[in-house]
Amino acid sequence: MRKEHGLATRDLVDRLRYSGVGRRDFLKFCGLTAGLLGLSEAYIPRIANALEKGTKRPPVVWLNFASDTGCTESLIKATYPNAADLVLDILSVDYNETIMAAAGQQVEEILQKSLKEGNYILVIEGGIPTKHGYGMIAGKDMMDIAKEFAPKAIAILAVGSCATYGGVPAANPNPSAIKGVADVLGPAYKGKIVNLDLCPVNVEVLVAVVVNYLLFKKLPELDSFGRPKTFYGQLIHDNCERRAHFDAGRFVEKFGTEEEALGHCLYKMGCKGPMTHAPCPKIMYNDRVSWCIKAGAPCIGCGEQGWTDKFAGFYERLPGVSIPGFKGVEFTADKIGLAAGAAAAIGIAAHALGSTKRIKKGGEE
Amino acid sequence: MARLVIDPITRIEGHLKLEVEIEGGKVKDAWTSGTLFRGFEIILKGRDPRDAWHITQRICGVCPTSHGHTSSMSLEDSFKIRPPDNGRIIRNIIEACQFVHSHILWFYHLTALDYVDVVSALKAQPKEASLKKVQDRLKAFVNSGQLGPFANGYWGHPAYKLPAELNLLAVAHYLEALDMQAKASHLSALFGGKMPMTMTSPPGGSNFIPTVDTLANYFSRVEELQKWVDSAFIPDVLAVAPYYLDYAKIGKGHGNYLAWGVFDDASYDPKKRLLPRGIIMNSQLKAIDAKPEEVTEHVKHSWYTDSGPLNPMNGVTEPNFTEYDTNKKYTWAKAPRYQGKPMEVGALSRMLVAYTSGREKAVKLIDGTLKALNVAGKPEVLLSVLGRIAARTLETKLILDEMMNWGKEIAENIKNGKDAVYTDYKIPDSSSGIGLWEAPRGALGHWNVIAGKKLKNYQCVVPTTWNVCPRDDNGVRGPIEEALIGTPVLDAKRPVEILRVVHSFDPCLACTVHVIDPETNEIRKFRAC
Repeated sequence: MRKEHGLATRDLVDRLRYSGVGRRDFLKFCGLTAGLLGLSEAYIPRIANALEKGTKRPPVVWLNFASDTGCTESLIKATYPNAADLVLDILSVDYNETIMAAAGQQVEEILQKSLKEGNYILVIEGGIPTKHGYGMIAGKDMMDIAKEFAPKAIAILAVGSCATYGGVPAANPNPSAIKGVADVLGPAYKGKIVNLDLCPVNVEVLVAVVVNYLLFKKLPELDSFGRPKTFYGQLIHDNCERRAHFDAGRFVEKFGTEEEALGHCLYKMGCKGPMTHAPCPKIMYNDRVSWCIKAGAPCIGCGEQGWTDKFAGFYERLPGVSIPGFKGVEFTADKIGLAAGAAAAIGIAAHALGSTKRIKKGGEE
Repeated sequence: MARLVIDPITRIEGHLKLEVEIEGGKVKDAWTSGTLFRGFEIILKGRDPRDAWHITQRICGVCPTSHGHTSSMSLEDSFKIRPPDNGRIIRNIIEACQFVHSHILWFYHLTALDYVDVVSALKAQPKEASLKKVQDRLKAFVNSGQLGPFANGYWGHPAYKLPAELNLLAVAHYLEALDMQAKASHLSALFGGKMPMTMTSPPGGSNFIPTVDTLANYFSRVEELQKWVDSAFIPDVLAVAPYYLDYAKIGKGHGNYLAWGVFDDASYDPKKRLLPRGIIMNSQLKAIDAKPEEVTEHVKHSWYTDSGPLNPMNGVTEPNFTEYDTNKKYTWAKAPRYQGKPMEVGALSRMLVAYTSGREKAVKLIDGTLKALNVAGKPEVLLSVLGRIAARTLETKLILDEMMNWGKEIAENIKNGKDAVYTDYKIPDSSSGIGLWEAPRGALGHWNVIAGKKLKNYQCVVPTTWNVCPRDDNGVRGPIEEALIGTPVLDAKRPVEILRVVHSFDPCLACTVHVIDPETNEIRKFRAC
């Protein structure tokens, strides 16, 4: 069927049936979302209803500040619903510079129209430079834009670790004095901002929070860091698929080894799972293909408050949990300030010590 | 004569401001300005070198993998090690997934709307039920009055040339391509844990250990992407191109092209990469080898303290903001030069180097395309906006075909007991290294200096800096500035032709500007428009 130049052309392909992009597996999505939100099956029709029957799709203003667009990238990799469903059928993504057709002056017109009409879901991607002039769009400081758009939002979602606490660009010495959205907007917005940590944001979490809002017209229950408890209530360590190896004292000591192939625990390779609250082991990434630890990589803690610097030295064992030979455990996890993490750390030290004895590699410590 | 400012340029990554001078319906002069800045190189100083590949991935969420790989390669150069064979191939695969993802996304979601009139698609009279369904969906969407990302486009502009039927098909594929670019990313995650921000390519090789299951999953996913690229992406480009043949004469620029090369074979020789290292100067379609020591950066028109042209290994970066002034300094991007010349980077540079080096697969694809467009034997038409589109499309196919081979290579290696993926190392007290590779958007280099086992200095020269840079010390325009000269503009209020030229470079601004001075408050004077 190919022409002599070796490349298929349109007149040929026109005869192939266009497969079509429909609302495939819509109910599957509703079911998945119900599961994510901890709702019973009885909610599935209500979710479908909330998404389908709206007379007006909820407008979304997606502002991109000091970010690398990784969270927009995450958004467009959504699967149930996919990005086309989100954009055409579920939401009205009125402003997102990466995907919008308009440019220049036509963009500014859209932004002003949204502001005038209000009642949008405000999504903020990227941290906010707090020094005047360090981050601007159309002549305005990002900080001022955030403050201008926040009051008229029906919900504010800070997506990704840059928006929640500044992320990598806020790492020492934080050259642009970048802060997270909640810090910039101040105490008046306490409890009104949903922080969706992780680098990048997990799109399943983002979609579930939006659906939850459409369904109940309120934000999910948040923890003290503004994260939805449903998703950030447990440590990665608690749900980790390698947890059994940890409990049995089986650790990877070097990448590319038999122990790694067998899926042993990555704690000794620097894994921050024992101190990171995030839903990664349950939801994974990219249509649930994989996630960091499944692929053999120690967690770098990107879902936790204070990342990056809190966990810098990604391949070093967790700070405060050192194992000085066989002389005992030196324990200073209070510096990290997380009780849950501290409890886990005691366990880790004991286990790691055990494994060191078992594998007889105590000398290296 | 009129001055026109477009700020922001959308459907790119990051923030770009463009100022053009229009005379007699054509662009007479142009200035590109990078207006957003973060401080990655400052942040990296003093850190554990092993963290750099994670941190530099966050320079760009669209091409994180390329930064990660280039970082690990530059550190491996410092550590004097190389990954084992399967480590090399796994990196190729993860990188390749990102190229495929990025090129599909770029064509359908970043630039297609410069050529495809979404509103015109409503007038099509499709015969196929499936296309009718897409049209109905589009109609319902438009009738809702909420146009979302399609609001305020240049719809109905006379520069849109496609018939309604083709517009509709392109819209259908725009939607389908959203799924396909996602699938390409999911494939990265199979080997890299997640995407964006892959997790398995630290210095030393890979910490992902492939299994037979992984490979089976991999092959079926690659095949799906191959089929789609063959039956939608390439035919779409070949169908759209004849309506815009004037763009084979628009947007040429300087005619200088640079590629560091990407996708290593077992020899690790950059000249033997799937897309090899090389340069092309003055539109002479003949590639010669490229050397990193020929790179210098100029700052006369950038907001840095003036210094002579310097190689990045000795680079000085002293921010010094002054007003936006197109006669003096007007951007945070430096001006990288090769042997003192501005160089275009990207898929066109890579494919031209491969083509003029006689690489069989590239030759076959490019000659086939020229023939399909009735310009056989005239490769010079590729030095244009259309050439950039064709190069990205064909490169997608070339890479996908090779991805099948890499999967087989891994399987063969495992069968022969060559299953190592990682080379261990000790961080040296002091060393320095260079990593030269390609992001989808073009040549990418990381330079590192280690002292006391920590990073003493870290510099990145990234693709969009090459393309979006300002004039150099000699007043020679940057590649995008030069490419815009002569572009016809029908309606200065709706300059879709300018967007076509700018988008053909696939700019990524977050990468471009990477250093600021944390102390200065000079930036106070800065206005984005």
